[in-house]
Amino acid sequence: MSRDELHNLQGRRLRKLVDLVYHNTPFYRHKMQELDLVPDDIRTIDDIVKLPFTTKADLRDNYPVGLLATPMSEIVRVHASSGTTGSPTIVGYTHRDLEIWKEVIARALTAYGVTRGDIVSVGYGYGLFTGGLGAHYGIEHLGATVLPTSTGNTEKHIRLLRDLNVTAIACTPSYALYLAEMLRNQGVSINDLKLHTGVFGAEPWTENMRHEIEEQLGLKAYNIYGLSEIMGPGVAYECNCKNGSHIAEDHFYPEIINSETGEVLPIGQEGELVLTTLTKTGMPLLRYRTKDLTALMPGICDCGRTNIRFTRILGRSDDMLIIRGINVFPSQVENVILEMPEFAPCYMLVVDRKKNMDMLEIQVELRPDSFSDDIGSMLALRKRLVERLKSVLSINAEVKLMEPNSLPRSEGKSMRVIDKRVLV
Amino acid sequence: MTIKQMSVFLENKNGRINEVTKVLGKHNINMHAFSMAETTDFGILRLIVSDVEHAVEILREKGYAVILTDVVCISCSNVPSALSEILDNLAKHQIFIEYMYAFAQENIAHIVIRPSNLEECVKWLSKEGCNILDKQHL
Repeated sequence: MSRDELHNLQGRRLRKLVDLVYHNTPFYRHKMQELDLVPDDIRTIDDIVKLPFTTKADLRDNYPVGLLATPMSEIVRVHASSGTTGSPTIVGYTHRDLEIWKEVIARALTAYGVTRGDIVSVGYGYGLFTGGLGAHYGIEHLGATVLPTSTGNTEKHIRLLRDLNVTAIACTPSYALYLAEMLRNQGVSINDLKLHTGVFGAEPWTENMRHEIEEQLGLKAYNIYGLSEIMGPGVAYECNCKNGSHIAEDHFYPEIINSETGEVLPIGQEGELVLTTLTKTGMPLLRYRTKDLTALMPGICDCGRTNIRFTRILGRSDDMLIIRGINVFPSQVENVILEMPEFAPCYMLVVDRKKNMDMLEIQVELRPDSFSDDIGSMLALRKRLVERLKSVLSINAEVKLMEPNSLPRSEGKSMRVIDKRVLV
Repeated sequence: MTIKQMSVFLENKNGRINEVTKVLGKHNINMHAFSMAETTDFGILRLIVSDVEHAVEILREKGYAVILTDVVCISCSNVPSALSEILDNLAKHQIFIEYMYAFAQENIAHIVIRPSNLEECVKWLSKEGCNILDKQHL
């Protein structure tokens, strides 16, 4: 499809979308009314800049179903992701949304060279997280064989990779490296495996990690991009050129903005990625601010695909950490610590990658009057914090009790996070 | 008949014990006995010192988490089975020992005990004629 044809299609779809949310989502109707906008003001895709932004906070404020554009009875699936205050945000999908999702994942797989006849193991978590089920149905839609391995039980995973001659794997890049290490530990050579393609996403990774994974697992490693608010994995994907991720632009319209001013930036300039779901009907979003920093790439890709690419994600415009594919906000940790009077509101998050697994250590200061001479009660106190953090963050964090006044204090914005993971 | 033991919360970090001993030394406080209980990331330093009130004051001023705990100090002969007899006695009366530390020198051994029930412990130990030390004996 030529760029002009695509723009026309995007314009038509945007008009339909605006009509849908104006009449069915009170949140958007109010926002548009505040801006003195009616659906007829949106005629072409270029009019998108008139529309209001949507943020994660909007999703939270309208929790659980305030942003749905259809009655709940039309929603056939719900996924959830973690929020900053411990309250999750949920996303509802209509039957049609799931069809589109399958379609974009099948496109991604095709771009990687996966076809019918391939056997793909899905090592993303199955459940509320979009990774597992999203990849699963996309693989089935393509007609390849899906192996729903999910996370955990790496030994069985390795056995199945070998016994079934699995040809492709979808998981987080850090899990891929962990898997490679487990293969070595168990004396399994990559020549015993038939893996040729890896579909990696859900956390930031680098070219170096790509080389490492490709070498250690003997496959070609490709990025898949997505976020649950927009759909899940499949929003964008690399092709065999491995030079930027192609956005499925007929379904998701990208803009890059200056995250401070909201001003739309020209192609090639770095900023925050903003996405509009052109075709979703369950929970369509206008100009959703992803907080991911990247740049759109000019020109047509060597692979021939005309849809636009963005560069590797360069960082985040907020303080969100992605640890083992899970979103973690320092404020979630802070809330838990503030709830427990035994600890001072001084903490430090140390993120590291050990044995290719992301590790989160939380250092927290003990209040002098909470100190007990009894080791048992000190360990019980630490355990209570570990369990509380686990229920809020959905990942295991190590807790280190620190002496009073031992963590660094600084004027103004204090350093709460040390990320030791080397992503170069 | 009990002694005030000082407990200090310490991170497992190089030089932390030495910092405490330095502060005490600077203020002319003598350490009679101490033990260190440690976990993977923190430890509890337990000390019997010459001027415990002063010691607590200066350590708190330095920002340490410090508390006082009552313990029983006894002495017995430094001969085989001397301690075992004392412990038998405590066990017979259902007194548990949360922790203890000891050192022996020449004919005498000193033992610091943190029992589950302080009063009962002192009661039965003195009944059996055990030599319980108080502050002046240190």
